[in-house]
Amino acid sequence: MASGPGPTQDIEFTLNGKPVSRTASSRMLLIHFLRDELGLRGPKIGCDTGHCGACTVSYNGKTIKSCMALAVQADGAEIDTVESLAGESGDLDELQESFRENHGLQCGYCTSGVLMSAKFLLERNEKPTAEEIREAIHGNLCRCTGYVNIVKAISGAAHGDEGLALVERLNREHAKEVSA
Amino acid sequence: MTAPAKEQTTTTTWTGQSLPRKEDERLLKAQGSFVDDEGMYRQGYAQFVRSPYAHAKILSVDVSKAEALPGVIATLTGDEVKAMTEPLFQFAPKEDGSQVNEYLLGVDIARYQGEGVALVLAETRGIAADAADLVEVEYEPLPVVTDGVAAAEPDAYVLHDSLGDNIAWKGLFDWGDIDWALENADHILKIDKLHFHRYSSTPIECNAVIVNWDPGTDMIRVVSNNQFPMFGALVIGPSMGVGTDQFDFVSQDIGGGFGIKINSYTSIGVLALLSRKAGRPVKWIETRTEHHQSGGHGNERTFLDIEVPVMADGTMLGFKMRAFDDAGAYLHYEPLGAVIWSQVVPGPYKFKHVQVDYTETLTNKCPAVPNRGYSRMQHLWFVERVIDLVAQELELDPVEVRKLNYVQPEDYPYTTPNGCVYDSGDLPQALDMVLEMIDYEGAKKLKADREGSGKRIGIGIGTTLDSGTNNFGQSRILNPELPFSGNGEACTALLDLYGEVMLKLGTNPQGQGHETTASQVAADILGMSPETIRVWTGFDKSHSTYIGFSGTYASQFAVTGINAVIGAVEKLKAEIIEVAAYAFEVEQDQVELVNGDARIIGNPEAAIPFIGIANMVFANNATLPHEMAERVSLTCRHVYVPPFELPDVEKKYGNLTLTYSTQTHAAVVEVDEETGKVEILDYAVVDDCGKRINPMVVEGQVHGATGLGIGAALKETFEYDEDGQLLNSNFLFYHAATAMDVPNIKTSHIESPSPFTGTGAKGMGEGGGAPLHTISAAIQNAIGPGKAIVSDSHNPPERVWRMLNWDGPAEERGVTVVSNGDGA
Repeated sequence: MASGPGPTQDIEFTLNGKPVSRTASSRMLLIHFLRDELGLRGPKIGCDTGHCGACTVSYNGKTIKSCMALAVQADGAEIDTVESLAGESGDLDELQESFRENHGLQCGYCTSGVLMSAKFLLERNEKPTAEEIREAIHGNLCRCTGYVNIVKAISGAAHGDEGLALVERLNREHAKEVSA
Repeated sequence: MTAPAKEQTTTTTWTGQSLPRKEDERLLKAQGSFVDDEGMYRQGYAQFVRSPYAHAKILSVDVSKAEALPGVIATLTGDEVKAMTEPLFQFAPKEDGSQVNEYLLGVDIARYQGEGVALVLAETRGIAADAADLVEVEYEPLPVVTDGVAAAEPDAYVLHDSLGDNIAWKGLFDWGDIDWALENADHILKIDKLHFHRYSSTPIECNAVIVNWDPGTDMIRVVSNNQFPMFGALVIGPSMGVGTDQFDFVSQDIGGGFGIKINSYTSIGVLALLSRKAGRPVKWIETRTEHHQSGGHGNERTFLDIEVPVMADGTMLGFKMRAFDDAGAYLHYEPLGAVIWSQVVPGPYKFKHVQVDYTETLTNKCPAVPNRGYSRMQHLWFVERVIDLVAQELELDPVEVRKLNYVQPEDYPYTTPNGCVYDSGDLPQALDMVLEMIDYEGAKKLKADREGSGKRIGIGIGTTLDSGTNNFGQSRILNPELPFSGNGEACTALLDLYGEVMLKLGTNPQGQGHETTASQVAADILGMSPETIRVWTGFDKSHSTYIGFSGTYASQFAVTGINAVIGAVEKLKAEIIEVAAYAFEVEQDQVELVNGDARIIGNPEAAIPFIGIANMVFANNATLPHEMAERVSLTCRHVYVPPFELPDVEKKYGNLTLTYSTQTHAAVVEVDEETGKVEILDYAVVDDCGKRINPMVVEGQVHGATGLGIGAALKETFEYDEDGQLLNSNFLFYHAATAMDVPNIKTSHIESPSPFTGTGAKGMGEGGGAPLHTISAAIQNAIGPGKAIVSDSHNPPERVWRMLNWDGPAEERGVTVVSNGDGA
């Protein structure tokens, strides 16, 4: 659970490019620290067990589930949340824009985590296949979209419109391949 | 109700376009406002103490150690709640008045694992959790009832003494002449048992409430993600002894609802009592485990002794069966499900003779609540299972049997055996389309090719209905005394002081894009761009508009919500034109609205921008005739009321729903003979929801309903052990479908406009649970005749393996065919 009595620790880390210096309760989870102490709205809480992925953030360049880390583990780390995606201007970045264009979100609750997993994928694999996209976001539960338009949105960001047609073709071929 | 005016001079028609959503930018940038993003000054954090037992007497609750913990503000026990409230309103007491007595917190007896028995309020979440652990509750375990059929037996242990037995509601539905049909059919298909399993759409955001009972004003401000707050107010207000005028319900963004979030009203009520006692605002965020144990589950239903009269060519005459619906420990929204299934009695088919002996029981499980496809999908799964077994057992083609029995395009509007009116559709065409999308002939060839390879191919079809816009009068079939009927929704359209167009809705959506679609239809009426129309986000009872039915549930926004918008915006348009015509000194029919100006037709130079109209009405009204200045408000409310009549409660007959969207699904699956694992190779959907206001949003709903249904068919189930302990209390053990579990879903559509809605649109979104029907059929097809039948809606590998390896006697397969005389 979150804050309460007990020991504390001073921590310093970089959050979305800016330095943070705070005292954290030793028992506090990183997700609660980001939300309740630092006031971020991006990382969300959807489960207690690290399965839903709504709290996904980038931790030293790798995605982690911030409900599975303690706040004190942030000490010395570079942490990026979904708040880092839109630039200073507040404009949606290419990935976010593709989610908007492709209706890649409905209620929007899982979206922060999905975006962070997608960003992690695209940083390492510029032209992922639909299967690679599904693999990359399989730790993010979404109950609204059936994942169809999430996959489409990530493909759109990676491949552009041409890529969307490609992904649809790949999906068809995949279906046939599995059948063959 | 009139459709959007077509004589607009603007060349753009926004309705029908796949516009990106207004909601998305804030949600993508984490600028949405979900309950946990909000707070109130001086709020404390609440934690429930919950029963670890499925059934136990509460002998004592000792909060002294918890209250002694520094940082604890207050506690609340069931006894205190009992002393200050009345039991919750029940929809259908028995004729002698006996009913379930439920309080807002467990009193005397805990009846399911996870039932709240006490509350603590503390300065932080952590202290609240610690304090809850210090509350000492002494329990005496009682016998546990977990089987929804056995619960009805006369010797079953009774959960609620006040009720006398475990029967929440019981009734006979009898239409046509089933005895005649059974006598005159060529064959009678007898199916021993079919079972629709318990699961939930498990929204990723759990229930959440912030509530402040203001001691000065006695107003109760509730910030929550409840999706039907007016229903909640109607139920908890009388229990708490407060007027609905004291409640201010607020929600902005809601992280998925699917019906499940109707259920949080009891939590809202008890948390409000805690706030009153503490004199502080209370914040409560449900944990995932709490959500799974007590947040609400979809209905589990068992169908027994099924008899299906069929003619030799596959024409189904009807069916007879007993149904047992398991409501769990308390009746939340139930027993409405006991009649809501009857919106779709024959499914998409034309048979006329139906007899259902329906019993809803109480068990020591989490209360059942509406879950996407509520009550209809259980029945539709049953109907599809039956038609598929008819085809298999009579060695007929499942495609041809469906086409033979479908309501045909020329039959609409089609009256079902119980008086429901199916508005429009083209099921044979939809089936042809969906079969082409999965390459049906190719799939059949593949199936033949794979024989003997250890991998079996199964092809399944699921036709389903999404009935939308309830006639709440159907509740009178449960209890003729209930003062409910009809349906509706409200909207207020207004110009603000500088002429800005605003819409206030009565709905509180959870991702369905109401801000976008409402602005699309309003834009067409006012001749302006949707971007220039502000739709107030979320719902706030203190300034939104509403009626008792307001909310977002039951596949109806495209009808009720949109028609309310159209009505309100048409009224606003008329007022703008009236003011402009006065200013222009022309007749009203000489004025048109274009891009935010009122202007004289054919004279674009003569234009008054909306700011000028607003100025005359709001700040310059001496320029208007006094009568007009007092009458014209530029604040126009409209309540859309669908055309319903009261049903005949004796015959259980009447039109229960205004619109019927159809969805036709088809799947090709591969079943591994060694493991029983089912993999979906291809999946396609043809959706027909009439006129689509925003096709992209509609497709998103189709995808979502399909994804949840696939998860439910193969991965997701709530199961209790014999002690009533839930085995799936988190996402480790409840296997919510991931992106690896849901295949790419191909979609196509037909638009069969509804003749009953003005716009031609139909409600949609719930999707009728079609993947459950489809995947059951596909697995059945893979297993083939002569083996055990697919009798459960949930088919994990072990269950499939057992069916594949079944080698019992033929009479134990679960299905038999009896032929009448030599009629076969």
